[in-house]
Amino acid sequence: SSSSSSSSYVDHSHLYNNTYHPQAPEPNYTDLGPTTKLNLFTAINSAMQTAMKTDPTAIMFGEDVAFGGVFRCSQDLREEFGEGRVFNTPLSENGIAGMAIGYASAGGTAIGEIQFGDYIFPAFDQIVNEMAKFRFRSGNQWNCGGVTLRTPVGAVGHGALYHSQSPEAYLAHTPGIVVVMPRGPRCAKGLLLSSIRSKDPVVFLEPKILYRSAVEEVPDADYQIPLGKAEILRLGTDVTIVGWGTQLRTLQIAADLAAKEGVSCEIIDLRTLLPWDAECIIESVKKTGKLVVSHEAPLTCGFGAEVVATLQAECFFHLEAPIQRVCGYDTPFGLVFEKHYLPDEKKNLDAIRRVMEFSL
Amino acid sequence: NAQRQGRISFYMTHHGEEAIHMGSSSALKPQDCVFAQYREAGVLMWRGFSLDQFCNQCFSNDLDLGKGRQMPVHYGSRALNYQTVSSPLGTQITQAVGAAYKFKLDAAIDPGKEAAISIVYFGDGAASTVDFHSACNFAATLKTPMIFFCRNNGYAISTPVEDQYAGDGIISRAPGYGMAGIRVDGNDLFAVHAAVAKARELALESSAPVMIEAMTYRQGHHSTSDDSSRYRDTDEVQTATDVSDPLVRLSRFLKHFGWIDDNAAASIEDEERIDVLRAMEAAETRPDPKLDTMFQDVYHEKPPHLIRQEEELKRHMKKYNNPHQ
Repeated sequence: SSSSSSSSYVDHSHLYNNTYHPQAPEPNYTDLGPTTKLNLFTAINSAMQTAMKTDPTAIMFGEDVAFGGVFRCSQDLREEFGEGRVFNTPLSENGIAGMAIGYASAGGTAIGEIQFGDYIFPAFDQIVNEMAKFRFRSGNQWNCGGVTLRTPVGAVGHGALYHSQSPEAYLAHTPGIVVVMPRGPRCAKGLLLSSIRSKDPVVFLEPKILYRSAVEEVPDADYQIPLGKAEILRLGTDVTIVGWGTQLRTLQIAADLAAKEGVSCEIIDLRTLLPWDAECIIESVKKTGKLVVSHEAPLTCGFGAEVVATLQAECFFHLEAPIQRVCGYDTPFGLVFEKHYLPDEKKNLDAIRRVMEFSL
Repeated sequence: NAQRQGRISFYMTHHGEEAIHMGSSSALKPQDCVFAQYREAGVLMWRGFSLDQFCNQCFSNDLDLGKGRQMPVHYGSRALNYQTVSSPLGTQITQAVGAAYKFKLDAAIDPGKEAAISIVYFGDGAASTVDFHSACNFAATLKTPMIFFCRNNGYAISTPVEDQYAGDGIISRAPGYGMAGIRVDGNDLFAVHAAVAKARELALESSAPVMIEAMTYRQGHHSTSDDSSRYRDTDEVQTATDVSDPLVRLSRFLKHFGWIDDNAAASIEDEERIDVLRAMEAAETRPDPKLDTMFQDVYHEKPPHLIRQEEELKRHMKKYNNPHQ
């Protein structure tokens, strides 16, 4: 907890004592036993397999999941768990979401797959009006905590308007759901297991470009990573840089470039966007005095805006420079100019240099 | 009329649909999960929801099971296996498919245990929503044991069925989705009961959805926010009532067999009216739920940002001596 004497106009630090950890504490990866090199889709597959082995009510469904899924996330699951538990649904995202809610409300664990995050919008009535409000409106008589909706998101190199979107901002504006985005295979397995087992409905956003390209040593064990908690990937002293999903790779490259210029960056992965770990960022910015937030999704009302608004309120007197947002532009995600559109490492390095200029 | 007197904010009557409620509910088992739209309170009443419980919800008091969070008539009871009503139309239909799927898997695991279905109620208007169509398709392809129960009462607020569909009602859609179905006189208590009983049997035997379209008439306004004389003749309402009011028909039936006489009928109505007024008065005088409940149940466990916001509200109210606290 903070011991700072001059925090924001109302000191909330006594409230930030990491109470929201409904899952196990942060695993020490070296204690988790043998590992296997997995990419993102196999790590997700491993999490689902583990969840379905340990929870006989767990079912997995969506479009094309029976043969293994368009991104192979569900491969071999039907063979292992049977057609009653792993099955195709007709082509209807609202149907997938509604069915997941109903199944969970009857006491089961429902893992629904939405084939692309760009197609989650038909399910929005179910997500916003039903899933998010299910427990609250019933006076806690009913709940659909057993729901996890998984969907691939983010730029993939050629996805254009309808295979590249990152819809986290729409979702994070919805009290009652949990929104999670892993940055790689190892945390994906732990976060997905936490999400599936969470007593709250979770929307789990998977950066599709990492499905094959990200490969890490992933523990074979059954482990969980706490929801609602950010992770500091690299300690630093000059600038705090915050992102989620694929963007952490970009930020790490930008930080390496900045290091060559003598700038020490603290890199933080939010991991859960709702509820998000404001304390972690606040503690960091109190130390560095400078913040850069970066995401692929468009700038206006992107989730970065939430981070920035909170940080300027909580850390105003600690800030040495205006907070920077490095984001996608406010256009639909066009095909031909993708590389210009994305908030790449050069744009982030530029933002880091900009905040450093203020503090000289 | 408590709403016009300003005692409750809103209400929806069920005049003319009582046979649907009692006929269907009496043919179900307690383990059958009910997904209602909003004009099915009789179903909940049959299951045992008390007048006090109904009134507590309508008056949003401290005993409301929903903790005062929803408008009146948005009832729900876990104990009676009646899902909490939500205002968005049709969303319950796809959810009922998911619940039925759970019951199907449960039955496969434990065939000795008494099987359950889900039943989902919806009106002629809600049958136009996207969730209706998705749900029919999912239920039929996934073979979920459930009943799709359409209350075709002629109106969706002011929209008559002529503006709602061009086909032959709702039931004509069932074969299109690969689903069995039946149309029934919704104002005939025994017909409704028989249809639901048979549909339930069929749903469980073949592990499949069955649709019932119950033809009825919405005698009352859509809600207390509606004045139906603006879009329909009072003659039409009167005719429908004269010809086919379910309570009148049942009453005639009972009297025909000498199982009830006019005096008994009148005194039952009087007793019930007194009980309702008593429950209303009791509910009305009860306090609001505690302010502590405002930030609860958004999540299973209250996260830090809600703890913070709750403290902000408490600080604000203390500072300005808010009369609510």
